[in-house]
Amino acid sequence: MPAKQSSNPAGWPQRISTFIKHLPRRTITYIKQVWQANWETNLKVPLTAIAFGLLVGGLFVLSIGKNPLAVYLAILESVFGSPRSFLDVIGQATPLVFTGLSVAFAFRTGMFNIGAEGQYMMGLLAAGIVGIKLHFLPRILLLPACLLAGTLAGGLWGAIPGWLKAKRGVHEVINTIMMNYIALYLTNTLIMSAWLKAPGYQATYEVDPKALIGRFMGTTANWGILIAAAAVAVTYYLLWRTKFGYEIRATGHNPDAAKYAGINVPRRLLSALVISGMLAGLGGAIQTLGVKRRVFQLFGFTGVGLDGVAVALIGRNHPVGVVLAALLYGVLYRSSAMIQLSTGVPRQVIGIMQACIIFFVAADEIIKLIMKHLPQRGKAA
Amino acid sequence: MNLNYVTITTLLFFAVRSAAVLLLAGLGGIFSERAGVVNIALEGMITMGAFMAVAVTIVTHQPWLGVLAAMIAGALLAALHGVLSIRFKANQVISGTAINILAAGLSSFLMKSIFDQGGHLLLEKAPGLSDWSIPFIRDLPWLGEILGQHSPGVYLAFILALVTHLVLFHTPLGLRIRAVGEHPHAADTVGINVYRIRYLGVILSGVLAGFAGSVLSIGIGSAFLENMAAGRGFIALAAVIFGKWTPLGTMAACLLFGVSEAVQVSSNLLGIGQYIPSSLMATFPYVITMLALAGFVGRSVGPAASGQPYDVDQR
Repeated sequence: MPAKQSSNPAGWPQRISTFIKHLPRRTITYIKQVWQANWETNLKVPLTAIAFGLLVGGLFVLSIGKNPLAVYLAILESVFGSPRSFLDVIGQATPLVFTGLSVAFAFRTGMFNIGAEGQYMMGLLAAGIVGIKLHFLPRILLLPACLLAGTLAGGLWGAIPGWLKAKRGVHEVINTIMMNYIALYLTNTLIMSAWLKAPGYQATYEVDPKALIGRFMGTTANWGILIAAAAVAVTYYLLWRTKFGYEIRATGHNPDAAKYAGINVPRRLLSALVISGMLAGLGGAIQTLGVKRRVFQLFGFTGVGLDGVAVALIGRNHPVGVVLAALLYGVLYRSSAMIQLSTGVPRQVIGIMQACIIFFVAADEIIKLIMKHLPQRGKAA
Repeated sequence: MNLNYVTITTLLFFAVRSAAVLLLAGLGGIFSERAGVVNIALEGMITMGAFMAVAVTIVTHQPWLGVLAAMIAGALLAALHGVLSIRFKANQVISGTAINILAAGLSSFLMKSIFDQGGHLLLEKAPGLSDWSIPFIRDLPWLGEILGQHSPGVYLAFILALVTHLVLFHTPLGLRIRAVGEHPHAADTVGINVYRIRYLGVILSGVLAGFAGSVLSIGIGSAFLENMAAGRGFIALAAVIFGKWTPLGTMAACLLFGVSEAVQVSSNLLGIGQYIPSSLMATFPYVITMLALAGFVGRSVGPAASGQPYDVDQR
């Protein structure tokens, strides 16, 4: 019966098998095309920067008399050691996708949102408060309410420096940094208050089970990656497929020209920082609901928001680039503990590598200079 | 509130001390920005300076060598910032951010690998900088209690503010620094080496920020802590903006921010602690900084070419 339904008897099964037969070759061709189209503009600098960053980190390892190869092996093992470790890399990368998108979005308007850290912390806290205090709601209301609370709290934390930038002309870098410190102490005050603190914990009560996001195999990876994927898609759509996004990018390219073209520049600056903050806040909410399940007292910045700056930079402020860079940082996060355990090298070597990667991305003229000299040496030899 | 002779005197003593650390870093910010390079890496330079001061003092038992090491460490980080943003025309905010990450990572890395310590490094038996007690001033009624005895770095900070004012506005070098920050092309035309002046400005800022770090760790305190700078580098930059990029204006701004930090530190003494938890009071200096900038900055315009790389070939 199934054979008769098909109009061309030899058609579908054969087509499918041909498709499968050619799939590997086609995939390789496709990857080659994407690679070639992006190598000069988007891939060369970040990839070379990553290689140099790892290399310089290796020099530091060498300088304290340890073996850099062991460190590189530990990094590989922390990723591919088991399916669980691979999942954990994805879990570590998930919040970074949000903070990376957050910084990238603001950067498209020409602003540095160093406040993703504070916006992320506000998201952590707000989702926790709603998840604890509105426990009587059914899951279908509670989970969205938690996500919304985190998003709005992050948005508010972006709106304040955004408003100050738009209306008072205060540079956003200092204000977003100040907002980070305010968020840090504010969240700690609330976490340790009698209203939220769980007895015996340096943290709040646990979020109601109805608000939790499911995890994969007990790792940090959770269904939040679907929301992350949606955030990537929405950010891309907003920036490149809407009038609003066009105005955002025009403001970033040249605020004077944008103003002359009739774009309300202050309003775009404000809305960009609000959206930027919302992205980071949503990331924080997912971290609370999917991974932490309580809001813990912070002894300093979480780093997730601060590293968002690097993730955006390495990802060329493009949503897809941000995902790739977040994965790289997920690897570095995960391997930092492993490095110290298995090789005895202080885990801070990862921080040094991260800084070097940013140096090389920021000063891409160094890379161009080296690239220019390398082939010439090859020819001479 | 508990305002009496003792609490106000203590408050002002703390304020002068806190202001001095901000002022040293702020003067660094002035040199750098006046020469045309935005330096948000002050934070990292303070951190690195604070660490090197403790590390060298532990090894040599010579606190002044520690101060020297802090200045050199700050200068080296600044030189890196200079090479990236002057020679390779990197975005100065990004380069500064990377230096802040590097300084945090490097100081912890060295602390772990040299001293096998994590989180903090105590001076222990090594001596910190001993306070200076100033004759005449210490004998003054009331003022003597506030200004009479401080860490040397505190006095040097205020002296350096005057020196910076003289250098910047009354010497040919100061004129060159300002010219390079306002209009590098014009400066180049009259024969000023723009790159050299910018390197000088940036490296001076590193020396001063490193010094600020050493005042924090071996002058006022006796240990290095991770996150010790606690945003002071950024608050110092805010003070520079608030002070309209002048040394004396910055000094006034630093005193204001110093008072806000002192209010936070001594909130229990002042009796604020029973109304507002001290962890919330910790936000006070940052809120004051934001309010100060919001109420003021619209009328404060910085050096015209600050933040822009200079390219000789582009005219």
